[in-house]
Amino acid sequence: MSSEYKVSSEASFVVRVADLHKRYGSEEVLKGVSFAVRQGEALAIIGPSGTGKSTLLRCINRLTEPDRGRIWLENTEITNAKTDINKIRQQIGFVFQDFNLFAHLTALDNVRLGLTKVKKLSLKEATERAMIELRRVGLAEQAQKYPAQLSGGQQQRVSIARALAMDPKLMLFDEPTSALDPELIGEVLHVMQDLADEGMTMIVVTHEMGFARSVCDEVIFMEKGVIVEQGPPEQIFTQPKQPRTQQFLSKISELYGRTSS
Amino acid sequence: MQRLEKLELIWQSLPLLGEGVLVTMTLTISLLGVGLLLGIPVALGQAYGPRPVRLLMSSYERFFRAMPILVLLIVCFYGLGFWGIYVPAFGTAVVVFGLHSSAYQSQIFRGAIQAIKEGQLLAARALGMSRLQAIRYIVLPQALRLSLPGWSNEYSGVLKDTSFVFAIGVTELTRQGWQIAMRTREIFLVFITVAVIYLILTYLGTWLLERIERRLSVPGLAGQRREEHGRVI
Repeated sequence: MSSEYKVSSEASFVVRVADLHKRYGSEEVLKGVSFAVRQGEALAIIGPSGTGKSTLLRCINRLTEPDRGRIWLENTEITNAKTDINKIRQQIGFVFQDFNLFAHLTALDNVRLGLTKVKKLSLKEATERAMIELRRVGLAEQAQKYPAQLSGGQQQRVSIARALAMDPKLMLFDEPTSALDPELIGEVLHVMQDLADEGMTMIVVTHEMGFARSVCDEVIFMEKGVIVEQGPPEQIFTQPKQPRTQQFLSKISELYGRTSS
Repeated sequence: MQRLEKLELIWQSLPLLGEGVLVTMTLTISLLGVGLLLGIPVALGQAYGPRPVRLLMSSYERFFRAMPILVLLIVCFYGLGFWGIYVPAFGTAVVVFGLHSSAYQSQIFRGAIQAIKEGQLLAARALGMSRLQAIRYIVLPQALRLSLPGWSNEYSGVLKDTSFVFAIGVTELTRQGWQIAMRTREIFLVFITVAVIYLILTYLGTWLLERIERRLSVPGLAGQRREEHGRVI
């Protein structure tokens, strides 16, 4: 990758990643990954399982500590040891594959907790904000239910509401629909599409090629810890330059029939 | 006539036995409190602490779990007395039992903490919570709920163990019974009464804890009666 991201500090970039490395034992999962995401851009990261996509996403808010490389959120270097990572994480929404809703709290309390305990909002303000977000994902009526009483799709929408309530500058989605029954995937993708349309900056690790193609502005194809190819969706899905990208996409379309929605 | 006299004897012993119950229950509740206050940090240290802390907490827990309570009581009460350090018997009992129970309680909590999925902590940290906030607002509320069945077991265990303080001269339920029995020569009758009282105390305590467990229960977490699929076995 070009080295321009390392030096430029253009305000229009919400997140910049430069030469990121991560190793688990003898296996190097990230072997120097660099990219940047502009304000309002939706970036899809696709690729085979076990190629470091989720690790990459977790490095961005340092749920996983990278071994080498630098990451910036706007002009703050996340990877700087002096940066208060808890302050950074408040500005980055993270949506997990298996939702990770707090099991002992209602949907409302799940969304409210970060507001009262991290952002120190009053209960009244937090409740108002939480209800706005629950309404946005279509779950205002389920506010008093516990995670175990909600379907997978509903749980994932609550987890999106929980992240949005913090007013993030960037949303990270780690395979948000991979744990869902097929008929529940649509409702989650729909919420994400609305978000993208509203101009939220987001990075989505996904196997939903239709979503990557129709909603995202940019697609990265990753394999074995490196970015193989990057470009706008039309280019990646219709004229991929790398043979590996072609192979991967044709395998996917064999499985799912088509890659557009 | 004989039978009536015996009933009257039990009736007359009840106030003294009641005093014994009071001492037994005060000791039980205090020692459980001390055990709870020490057991939670020990469990957190074992689950989340850096290596030296983990080692320290584990040696603490193993030491107290290895010590017979009677030996500890004798060492702390008579042993210290031998060196000229005099400690009140009841206070010694609370401290010794409390330390002993904290070792057992820490393992109840550790098991509960480790049963919580890692994702819960990750989600809390991803919101910007500090480690301590995540433990306080996410881990502990779940772990304490999961601990209640084990804690109820600990209650019924230590309640009966408190009779060991007999050895250092604290007049709790068993010792009261013993004194009445010696005076009246009705060992069998008095101790049957004592046994029934222990039964009632155990029953009441576990009943109360079960109520608390059900009251705090959350769908999907422990304490919930899973009946929607019928009985499994």
